[in-house]
Order: sequence, then structure tokens, then C-alpha cells
Amino acid sequence: MTKCIKNVICTFCGTLCDDLEVDVSDDGKRIEQVRNACAIGAEKYLHVGNPGRVVVPRMRQADGTYKDVSYDEAIDFTAKTLLKAKKPLMYGWSSTNCEAIAEGNVLAEKIGGVVDNCATVCHGSSLLAIQDTGVPSCTLGEVKNRADRIIFWGCNPAHAHPRHMSRYSIFPRGFFSAKGQKGRKIICVDCRETDTAKVADHFVRIKQSYDYEVFDALRTLLRGEEIPDEVGGVPREKLQELIDICKGGRFVTLFFGMGLTHTLGRNHNIDAGINFIRDLNDYTKATLIAMRGHYNVTGAGQVLGWQYGYPFACDLSRLTTARHNPGETTSVDLLVRHEVDACMVIASDLAAHFPFEATRRMAHIPTITLDPHICMSTELSDLHIPVAIVGVEVGGCCYRMDNVPIDTRKVIDAPEGVLTDEEVFQRINKRVDELLAEAGCKDAAEYLEYLEKQEA
Amino acid sequence: MDTVTITLKKVPGLYLECESVTPDKFAGKNAEEIAALPCAEGKRNYVLGDWFEIAGAAGATAADTKIVVNGAGTDKCKYIGAWMTAGEVVVNGTADMFTGAWMEGGKLTVKGDVRSFSALQMKGGEFIIEGRAWNYLAAAYRGDWRGMQGGTIRVKGDVGSDLGTFMNGGTIIVEGNADIHVGTHAEGGTIIIKGKAHRRVGGQMVKGEIYVFGGCDVMMPGFKKIEEREIEVDGEKHVFNVFIGDLGERHPKSKGEVVYGHLYTLKE
Amino acid sequence: MTEIIIKNGHVFDSVSGLKGEVADVCIKDGKIVESVGNGATVIDAAGKTVMAGAVDVHTHVAGPKVNLGRWYRPEDKFRLGERCSAKMGPNTHIEGGFSIPTVFKTGYEYARMGFAFLMEAAMPPLYARHVHEEIRDTPIQDEAALPVFGNNWFMFEYLKNGELDNAAAYVAWVLRQTKGYGIKCVNPGGSEAWGWGLNCMTVNDPVPYFEITPKEIIDGLIATNEHLKLPHSVHLHSNNLGNPGNYTTTLDSLKIAEGHKANNAFGRDTVLHHTHLQFHSYGGTTWADFESKAKEVMDYVNKQENITIDTGNVTLDETTTMTADGPFEYHLSALNHLKWANVDVELETAAGVVPYIYGKNVKVCEMQWAIGLEIALYAKDMMRTMITTDHPNAGPFTRYPRVYAWLMDKEYRDAELNGFKWSSKVIDATTLAEIDREISLYELSQMTRAAPAKVLGLGSTFGGLAPGMNANVAVYDINPDNMPKGIELENALAKAAYFFKDGVKCVENGVVLEANPVVKETYWVDAKVPENKQVLHDVSEKFLKYYSINLENYDVAHHYVPHPHVIEIEEA
Repeated sequence: MTKCIKNVICTFCGTLCDDLEVDVSDDGKRIEQVRNACAIGAEKYLHVGNPGRVVVPRMRQADGTYKDVSYDEAIDFTAKTLLKAKKPLMYGWSSTNCEAIAEGNVLAEKIGGVVDNCATVCHGSSLLAIQDTGVPSCTLGEVKNRADRIIFWGCNPAHAHPRHMSRYSIFPRGFFSAKGQKGRKIICVDCRETDTAKVADHFVRIKQSYDYEVFDALRTLLRGEEIPDEVGGVPREKLQELIDICKGGRFVTLFFGMGLTHTLGRNHNIDAGINFIRDLNDYTKATLIAMRGHYNVTGAGQVLGWQYGYPFACDLSRLTTARHNPGETTSVDLLVRHEVDACMVIASDLAAHFPFEATRRMAHIPTITLDPHICMSTELSDLHIPVAIVGVEVGGCCYRMDNVPIDTRKVIDAPEGVLTDEEVFQRINKRVDELLAEAGCKDAAEYLEYLEKQEA
Repeated sequence: MDTVTITLKKVPGLYLECESVTPDKFAGKNAEEIAALPCAEGKRNYVLGDWFEIAGAAGATAADTKIVVNGAGTDKCKYIGAWMTAGEVVVNGTADMFTGAWMEGGKLTVKGDVRSFSALQMKGGEFIIEGRAWNYLAAAYRGDWRGMQGGTIRVKGDVGSDLGTFMNGGTIIVEGNADIHVGTHAEGGTIIIKGKAHRRVGGQMVKGEIYVFGGCDVMMPGFKKIEEREIEVDGEKHVFNVFIGDLGERHPKSKGEVVYGHLYTLKE
Repeated sequence: MTEIIIKNGHVFDSVSGLKGEVADVCIKDGKIVESVGNGATVIDAAGKTVMAGAVDVHTHVAGPKVNLGRWYRPEDKFRLGERCSAKMGPNTHIEGGFSIPTVFKTGYEYARMGFAFLMEAAMPPLYARHVHEEIRDTPIQDEAALPVFGNNWFMFEYLKNGELDNAAAYVAWVLRQTKGYGIKCVNPGGSEAWGWGLNCMTVNDPVPYFEITPKEIIDGLIATNEHLKLPHSVHLHSNNLGNPGNYTTTLDSLKIAEGHKANNAFGRDTVLHHTHLQFHSYGGTTWADFESKAKEVMDYVNKQENITIDTGNVTLDETTTMTADGPFEYHLSALNHLKWANVDVELETAAGVVPYIYGKNVKVCEMQWAIGLEIALYAKDMMRTMITTDHPNAGPFTRYPRVYAWLMDKEYRDAELNGFKWSSKVIDATTLAEIDREISLYELSQMTRAAPAKVLGLGSTFGGLAPGMNANVAVYDINPDNMPKGIELENALAKAAYFFKDGVKCVENGVVLEANPVVKETYWVDAKVPENKQVLHDVSEKFLKYYSINLENYDVAHHYVPHPHVIEIEEA
């Protein structure tokens, strides 16, 4: 007999679908089947039973191989490494729950770390634009119930957020949108004809890295001023048509992704997009939503926001103040500039996504990776601490791309003895407290001086 | 004016935060007292004496104090001259981030380059950069709409991206070229680029003046040419194409007239 | 068995009837008691002022729009070039932000001023989890949150059809789902209209499509509230906030209370709380002929005994406005051109955030400052008048001591008034200069303690020092026999000499002693109603068709509220 668990929250992407059905074996240890999920989401659940799961921490040996160690040893090593570093980086956080993030951030405050999440290489530039110019937004349910104009700009949900179009943006029928797709005009702006572009009513192909200029042209047209015959490869008439479609709608929503956040000018592209949407509000209702990637990258920013005041790139290294200055306190910059001397990777894969120079630096400084899986970062680390998988083996709070918090569910037990991220951070925090007390130091700065005296 | 010379004894492993290295902090102190001023490398707290040889004594006030920073490794020092209100600082080398940030007065000279975020939200004084400046020179701090308010910056070399973002006042003269985003969101002030500006010059500009002698690789679509005019800029007289913009952005009215940002490119 | 005796202080407490008499306050096991044994810890309060822990009836300190404010204002942690993020004590967390402080700073700053309870004044039900996560992480302060109902599709339907039982069953269900405390109503109908970029400007403007008027919404919400016998009254932010000439809308909104009578077992005798009245007491037709109507509005409030108000005092700072009044924020950003953030929430509400600088040389801001003070000074019944800054809308809560000092010291406020750039215009358009009244310490204890506790239905445990009440006690370095003035008074109120929360010493000489010195509780209301099949059906249908999450994922699980204090109400 299997039992079916309903309303399961998919902890894969920022869409955070909450309607999965997971069949679980009688003993609560095996996932048999997953319904309603996209192919990626289903695999997230089904792969858990694959052989080769790491269930005890692994410490790098002098010969480069990993050796199994106990959680106690792993936690002691982590606490000492973080205390010994002058400025450790604690990067990741996007694939764990808010409870663990809150505990981890407090650890960072204690040991003087820099906390940064995956936004730093993803929608961090969107956050910078929001800091510069605000953001008129709404929940995904508003889009479903009201929107009759959808713009996908530099994003490809057909591949990256597979159920986004059916649940929220193109197909669903809502309260004021009973006709579903038939009542909506879909516009896709991209430099390539993506699969999302193929389902759009209007595809506007722009020259790569001309988003800022095109938004400026749209805003200029919207104010009734002249623009050149062609901007970013798009004829003026086409841009005017785009304006007319938007102004003719009752509710416009623009979704944007990496095509805006990581092309020339980055945050400025989003800034211009936000202001285009702002301006449209003088004529109709218009909103925009960032297509956040990892399932809880948004939550990582939320927790950091309420604890220390910033959504990412938060430098707590002075122990007495929290600072935020993307370009300086962002992970890639810190690693490339050799500004950090230890690294902890949490629930993300730094090595797989960072520029080579940054990853190389990470490999050269003491690095600890906290992750359920073997990944590129674990293979470049000095210590790998395995943990339970959030949304599968442990629940906890996660934030959807529109900042709506959802409580994820546990569907099966974690392998015996495997701790959760939150438990690991609680134990590191406790170990740090013990080490400080043993040395009679009031904080981590004093502890460093204490260590120097010990060595001398 | 009394001069204090500080010379780095060793190159910092990470970066040294030198918020104490300003005439304001040095004023009224002898070498010993200056050596006791705080600095930090990550969470490790130090005093300036741990890192610098200190020679000379400061004047009674900031205005009477000149600081000369020497030694290999000045490019690993942040915040030199930040928040300074008077006096003089000379860095014989490259300085790292936040050099002259929030500067209000006095004179700051860097013989080498300055890294990003230098002269951030500068209010006054004179800042000379003999090398090049990296990104965000004289920009606003994240989230703030009050960028550079006053003072003068002269860069002998090139500048990076995001020059003078949200600029409200003051003058920036770049003798080399500029990368993308010059005077974005500006609401005042003057930027003069003797070389070329790459792209996105004056985007979302409300007010202010930008001169680009070498022209822009790509013009913003929201700028419209209104005339050609002879103007004297930084001691040179030239005929410029005069554009107004960014027409995609809001513009205030002053005495019944709409106020625009102005972009000037050299007439060929 | 912890026993404490706070000896020989001048005690101001309307619950025990003390108006500055020298008396001892005894604490045992977290409660106020008649007496303690000889072994009790002695706190010498001679020459000092003793009051109950303060209660904030309306503040925005936790949740999505607050955190959006923190996210998008890094410069708020970097005020005027100075870092506004610092560790204030050896044992406490780093505290960041000026107008939108972090949760740590929020809990600590309120404690330093002697506060024990905060009402988060607007919780979008869909975002309730977020509100509770922040509340959980806010140290020291007991808190509760008010879900917003004034633009809720279910309520529109039930109230339009006069289905009071259904409305009550739905409200009770939402309170249970969101762990909410009562009924908040923001710009009734207007925030739904904002879903289409529209607004409702008077109490008679029908809501687009739903065809119900703000008047019907307010009236229905009051009826629902009293039907459920909730501890707090309906908490209203009426239509037309912040516009010249809006005082008529305010009076129209207040008058809706006339037909209603309080019905509850919590000692509350009012049916409507109108919040941040300052923003709603404007005359004139434009910003040019804008004038104060504080007197007109307060004349009505003074005679209508079943309503309460809080002031919404402007503090003349750079701050961050944030409200569920979405259209207001859009219009504000069109005036000051500062960054506009907006979040419309499906079926429930909207929200907006815009930074704002209340400049001392801006006529409108100077006027708003005067109007807020007038409201407090015209009040006749201090048990129906509470002081707020609508944190952070009219100014950060950390400025409470300054507002108190302006109200308590005519010279202090007149110095401010006369120093304005437009002082003669402000003096002409308001009546502040003619008012000599100075609020007394006793009145302050009513406005900041007893009154908010009573209107929240918490009068038996908060806001007073009678035996049996929670041992929340603030001791200030204020000698009533030698009253400090101006800035000295302000400083004394900003940093309590001692603050005890539930009998635990949390603050001494303005320093918070521990990161989490005491267990804080989250209050929520569980109102029992007869099983209502219609409402359950409507809920499952709307979730299936219109919400973006499943019904089964709506409930705020108990682990979000680790220390709940549930107020259970028997079936109506």
C-alpha cells in the first residue's frame, strides 16, 4: 500500500507549485510516484531514491580524497574555520528553508561573515534596480484573475519555469479573465525565438544588449515624443504597436529574467523596464514580476532583509555593523578580488555557476559545503556536510517569486542520522559559543587576537 | 599646513579599511596618537601603527593637515580620504574602493588609479585622479537618489561604468574615455568627457549637462538634437551638437519652461 | 520565584488610579502583585517616573511591505552619510535602519522606550506567514497582527447581500488561518479599485464590479466585529487619505459608528477605531489653500463616545511611507518622484511603499506636523485618544519621545513652530499656536498605556499596574517634582532607566541587556462560530478558481507562532 500526499510544494523553481501529489511507500521511506509536477519537479522527488546518497560528512585528506567523519567533527571543523578566518564568505541559501537561513545568518553575525545568496548571480541586478527606482508589482493570482496583456522579456518560462504559463500567466481562467488564453495578448521580447516566443501572439526580436535603449524608446513614444526609425533592431512602427497593445489592455504584466538581468548594463535594464511599467500606469494598470530562479532565493533575501536590512550581499565582517554594497560585498567580487579567506557554500552550487576566477579562489581557500548532493562545489571543498532535502525530507518556509511565503511539506524521512540545514547551523552556533567561552573571548575579533597569541 | 607621511610596512593579505586616514581624524594628533587610530582587516581590528610607519604630526585642524600615503599595497586600502571635509591627502599609488567617498571638502590626489565607488555621493572639494577610475565614480550609494552634490573631480585616464549616477551637482572631467552609463538618472551637475563615451549616455536623465568630445558609440533614442552652438568647455572652445533628453523621462517645469538634460557632442 | 520591588517611584497609572503618588510596584513571577517578601530584588525608583509598559495600537513593523521597504532602501541604513547599522550593546544583535528598522532594532528600540506590546496594523492574509516569521524574530515585544478585510472579495459579497452570519464565519475562519487578531479596514473598496488603477474617494463611491460602497463595507465590518464579540473594535483607515478637503470623508466614515453598540467581554466600549487621524483632517481644495480641520474632526470625536482614534503625528524626518492604500502611494510618488513600490494581493488587498521627506521648510509638511499635535491637544477623553506616528508613515516610532515632549511642553513645540520657514502661514492655517495645553504624565500614561490596551481588549493584562496584570513596567529618569523640559524630557523618555517585561529586567539605563531576554508571545483570536457550510463551500470554490495557492496551503501552521497566546471567544 502506498499513501498519497496531496498539496505538496515543489521545491525546485521560484514558481513554487503547491499542487503536487506524491505517492509514498508504506514505511514512509520511498517515493513511488509524483503527479502534477513538471519534468524537472518530478525528478526532484524521484531522484531521492537513487543510489549513492552521501549520508555522513566527508573531510578532505592530505592525498585529496574524502574520508567519512562524524557530524561532531564536521561541526567542530566548520566552527574553527569560520572563527579563524578574517573575513569568511557564506554563500548560497537559495535551496533551503527560511528557518535554516535565519539560524545561519545569526552565525554569520557571530563569526563576522559576509552573507550572500544566489541573487548575486541571478536577480541581484533586479534588486539593485528596485533599490534605485521601486517596483510596481502584484501576486501571481492577480495576473491570473485580471491580466489581459502579458509580456515576457528576456525570459523563457517554457524551459525555466515550466508550469508558470499554465498556472499563472497565459492559460489560466480567472475571475475577470474567464476566457483564459483567448482573452490575453501575449508578447515576447527576446533576442532569440525561444519556445516561449513560439506561443506568444507577438514576438519582438531585439538586438542583443539593446534592452535599455528599447525601453527608453518605448517610454519616449509613450510621452508622445519622436524616436529614430529603428531602435535595437526594432522598427518604430513595431514599438508603437507594442505601446498600443499595452495601452489597450486593462491589466498589463511584464515578466523578466536573465535576458535582462545579465546582459549589458544589468540593473539599468530592469530600471528602465520598471519605469516603462510605471509610466503605463498613467494609462492603464501595469505591474511586473521577476522570474526568480531557485525555489527559495526570494526567502533568503527576505530573512536577511528583516534581520540585517538588505536582500543580499550583506557584509557582517566588522561584527558591529551590517553593510551592503553590491560590486564590493558580492560573492564574485569578494572571491575574484581575494577579499575573503574562507568560504562556506550552503544549499547552492557555487563552483557550477561562478566565473572561473572566482571558483579557483574558492578552491584555494578553506571551503565547506553544506548540501544534500554531490555537486561541483562539494568536489572542490575541504568538507562536505550532507543534509536532508527541503520540501522532500523536511518542511519549512519558502518564498515564491512574488514573495508569497508557502510552508513546504515533508513527504519522506531523511536517511537515518542525516541532519537538516537548521540543525547543522544550530550546532555550529553552539560550538562557536563554546569555543569563544573556552578562550574567554567576548567576540570573534578578540578570538582572532587570542589565536595569534597562541601561535606566537 | 603640517604634513604627516604614512608608509605601508607590508601589503595587507585581504583589504585594509582605512576610514581613519583623513585630515579630520588626524587633526591635532602627533605620530603616536595617529598610530593608535583604528583600522581593520575583516573582523580583525588593528591600529594604523600596526600597518604604517608614521612620520610627522598633523596640524591643529583638518584644514592645516596634509597626509601623504606611500608604500606598496596602497591599492589594498579602502576609504582613504572618505568623509574628509578639509586639508589635503596625496596617495602615491593606486587606492582601492571608496577613496574620497562622501568627501565634503579639501583636496585629494591619487597618483595611480582609484577603484570603484570612489567619490561616492561627493559633496565638495577637489579630487584629482592621475590614473584611471573604475566603476561608479561619483555615483549615488545604492538606493539613494542623491548622488554627487558638489565639488570637482578630474580623471586623467579612462573611467568605468556608472559614472555620476543620480548626479545632482558638481563637475566631473574625464580626460580619457568612459564606459557605459554616464549620468544615468542625473538631475544636475556637469560631466565632461574629453574622449569617447561608449553607450547609454544620459539615460533617464532629468536635468544636467554632459559633454562628450569623442561622441557616443550608440545614442539614446530619447535624445533630440535642437541646435549647434559654440561653447567654452574646460578652457577649450568648440562647436557642439546640442541634444535635449532623456525625452522618455519626466521633466520638471521652471518658470513655465520644461527643463531638460543636455547632451553635447563635438561637431565633426 | 522571582520577586522584584520597584520602590518609591512616582507612579502614573489610570488602572490603579495613581497620578504620580509615590508608591511601590511589586512583581512576582511575571505578574504585578500586592506585595513581595523581604528577599525581593529592590529597584530604587525614588525621584523617577513609573508607568506600565506601553502599548502601540498601530504600527507597521512586520510583513511584506515593511521588508520591501528594508530591501529597497539600503540608504536608510546609511543616513546622511553616517552608517545607521550598529551593535548597541555587547549582548544584542546589530541594529539597522532608521525609518524601517530591522526586527532586532524594532524590538530593542521599543523596549528602550518602555513598550511591551505592538499591534502590526496591516496583515495581508496571503502573506500572514511572512508577518509571523518577522514577529517571531522580533525580540521582547508581545505582538499581534490585524488581517485586512476592507477589500476582500468574500466580504464584498457577504456584506452586499447582508449575510452577517457568513461574514462572521468567514472572518473567524481567516483569523484562525492567519493567526490574526481582529478586523483592519484600509481604504475600503479603494484598494480593490486599484486593481484596475482606480480608487474610491468618498464613502459612497461604489467599488468597480462589486457594486458595494465603502459605507456599506465599514458598516458591515462593524456589525461583523460586534457579532463575533472580538476584543478589538474595527480598525479603520478611511478613504481619501492625505488629500486636501478629506475631513468630510473622515466625518462621513466616523458617523457610520453611530448606529452601533459594543458587544464583547473584554471591557471595550467602543466600536470603531480610526487610525492616523492627522492624515484625514485636512481642509481646503488644493495644496495651496490646504488648512487644518483638526478641530472640526476632534469636536465630533469628543462627543461621539463609541469611537477611538490615534493621531499619526508627523515627526519631520525622512521616512518611508507604506500602506495597504495602494492608490495613495501611487499618487504620492507622482508628487515627490521617489521610488514607488506596489504589491496588489489577489482577492484581498494591495500595498504601496514610497520614501518621503517631511521637510522643515515645506509648508505642507509643517502643516501636517501642526495638525497631528492639534488632534492630541483637542482630545477631551484621553482614554479614547492614542499617540502614534503610524510608524513609519508620519515618522519612525523611535521619535515617540519627541512627539510626547512636543505635546507635554508648549515651549518646545512653539520653538519648533516658530523656527519653520513657513511658520506664519502654518500659524494662520492651524490653531496650534493658540493652544496652551500641555499633556501631563498621567494623560500620557492613558494615551500610551491604558487607552490602547483597553481598545485592543487587553485592558485586564496590559497598560496598567494593578495586581494580576502582566509585570511590564517602565521606569524613567523623570522627576515629576522637577519636570525636565524639551530635549531633556525627550531623552529621558527615549531611554528608560529600567524596563521590565513580564517581570524580567530587559533594559537598564537605556541598554538592552540580552539578545532575547524574555519569551515574547504572539496574540491571536480564535472566535468560535457555528459550522457554516456556505462559507466553507465559498472558500474552497474561490481557492480552486481564483487563488494562486491551494486552500490546504493557506493555513499558518503553529510552528510559525512558537509562543502563541490564544484568546478564545465562545460561540456567538
